Amino acid sequence: MKVIESENLTKRFGQFTAVDNISFAVEKGEIFGFLGANGAGKTTAMRMLCGLSKPTSGKGTVSGFDIEKQSEEVKKNIGYMSQKFALYEDLKVWENLRLYGGIYGIEKKAIGPKIDALLHQLGFESEKNTMVKSLPLGWKQKLAFSAAIFHEPKIVFLDEPTGGVDPAARRQFWELIYDASDRGITVFVTTHYMDEAEYCNRVSIMVDGRIEALDSPKNLKKQFEAENMDHVFHQLARRAKRN
Amino acid sequence: MKAVIVQELERSYDKVEALKGISFEVDQGEIFGIIGPDGAGKTTLFRILTTLLLADSGFASVDGNEVVKDYKSIRKKIGYMPGRFSLYQDLTVEENLKIFASIFKTTIEENYHLIKDIYQQIEPFKKRKAGALSGGMKQKLALSCALIHKPVVLFLDEPTTGVDPVSRKEFWDMLDKLKHQGITILVSTPYMDEASLCNRIGLIQDGNFLKIDTPENIINQYENVLLAAQSNQMSKLLKDLRTEEDINTCFAFGDSHHITIKKESLAENGGNFSIDKLTMDLSNKGHKDIHIEPIKAGIEDCFMELAK
Repeated sequence: MKVIESENLTKRFGQFTAVDNISFAVEKGEIFGFLGANGAGKTTAMRMLCGLSKPTSGKGTVSGFDIEKQSEEVKKNIGYMSQKFALYEDLKVWENLRLYGGIYGIEKKAIGPKIDALLHQLGFESEKNTMVKSLPLGWKQKLAFSAAIFHEPKIVFLDEPTGGVDPAARRQFWELIYDASDRGITVFVTTHYMDEAEYCNRVSIMVDGRIEALDSPKNLKKQFEAENMDHVFHQLARRAKRN
Repeated sequence: MKAVIVQELERSYDKVEALKGISFEVDQGEIFGIIGPDGAGKTTLFRILTTLLLADSGFASVDGNEVVKDYKSIRKKIGYMPGRFSLYQDLTVEENLKIFASIFKTTIEENYHLIKDIYQQIEPFKKRKAGALSGGMKQKLALSCALIHKPVVLFLDEPTTGVDPVSRKEFWDMLDKLKHQGITILVSTPYMDEASLCNRIGLIQDGNFLKIDTPENIINQYENVLLAAQSNQMSKLLKDLRTEEDINTCFAFGDSHHITIKKESLAENGGNFSIDKLTMDLSNKGHKDIHIEPIKAGIEDCFMELAK
């Protein structure tokens, strides 16, 4: 089953074509790496897929909903987490989860037990009443990811989720991603760490608004005769003409 | 004279100890990297050295000037690029550069040679407002502004965070050129792969240095037996390796998993670990295309070992 389908998706700002005719599909449970240099169009593409920005032309569906005509349905049925913003620092751990649960329309009575079950699963029970700002960054990231999938979406969008996280916590975070994927959640992730590109089932690389390569890391390395994904990325990103 | 001297520097915010008595020195003309995750204390250290924050205790000097007593002289001769873009968004590229030049009582022309390579790349956009620049261009403008008065020491707080690998490489090439012009550079980064581009590095975590040395020495001092393992089922391999009794740690590293072997399991200590035995075990658990080989540690392996 396809959870994301994009067909000739395009976004122009005046004369500038930020996203230029991209077509691709992502399968249920897949970990899909969405790579590209700064300014290649990743954020604009992701905003369209999340129902936050209307395409200039082309079409797309996410979780079975049309990103243009049913953008509110899209928003309800996805999870989103970014490194820049994920949780409210001045709220306690459980308050953040309750807020997320409420925003995504989980039934009031169900939220409490669901919070307890999640904290138990994460081994976080002792931190239930802790202010998020006093948690170590690695824990914050884990909690933020759990909050993003608290309403059990079919797909979660992760925008540079591991930036600045220490090496061990970064890897633990990826193990959470694996677990989510094993449970059938589709993971759409951007990252600037090329070792993390290797952990994805498939990777797309955007250059100047277009998807210039899309395949498994193994096949991409073969195709570009590269030793690792870093070399693949460098070869492609250097083709960029704009900026 | 050392470019930077830091002794037993401490700084807390309420109950959080951001710096727990750190000491180090930076030689003139070197690139010194402060490498560690968010929350390690990097920005607090930079703010103290750039005289924007007072330490609770300890000593720090920059180019022979003490950070509290001589803060005025320090401010005149350092360049500082904070982690957050802090130029005037509603002024143009050129206006920003002019303001910085005039604050330091110099002109763009006087030190143009220093910023030429960097500034030329954004000069076609000099009439554009700084707020409307792309991330990469903002970074180049911020660096130009930090350099325009020919600083003795340049402080760069996470200049490459959130920047793609190709632009990061270009940024480091720029730093290398500045170093050859005699500018001392203190730079912080959460990207461990940037360590090899520094003359010396300090690995920092939770307000303490784990180690200060050249990247080569840190790697050479890594004591564990480190192996890289691959099979046709990488996710299962991670779990299976962790159940092996001879294995101490196991983490994903790009296309392979890095594993360390318990000391007592090594043949030299009377243990019976061998790559062949491990390969056999994994094969019995259903893995195919198994490939295991000893490898040299990288800075990230070292950091993880030291941070344990």
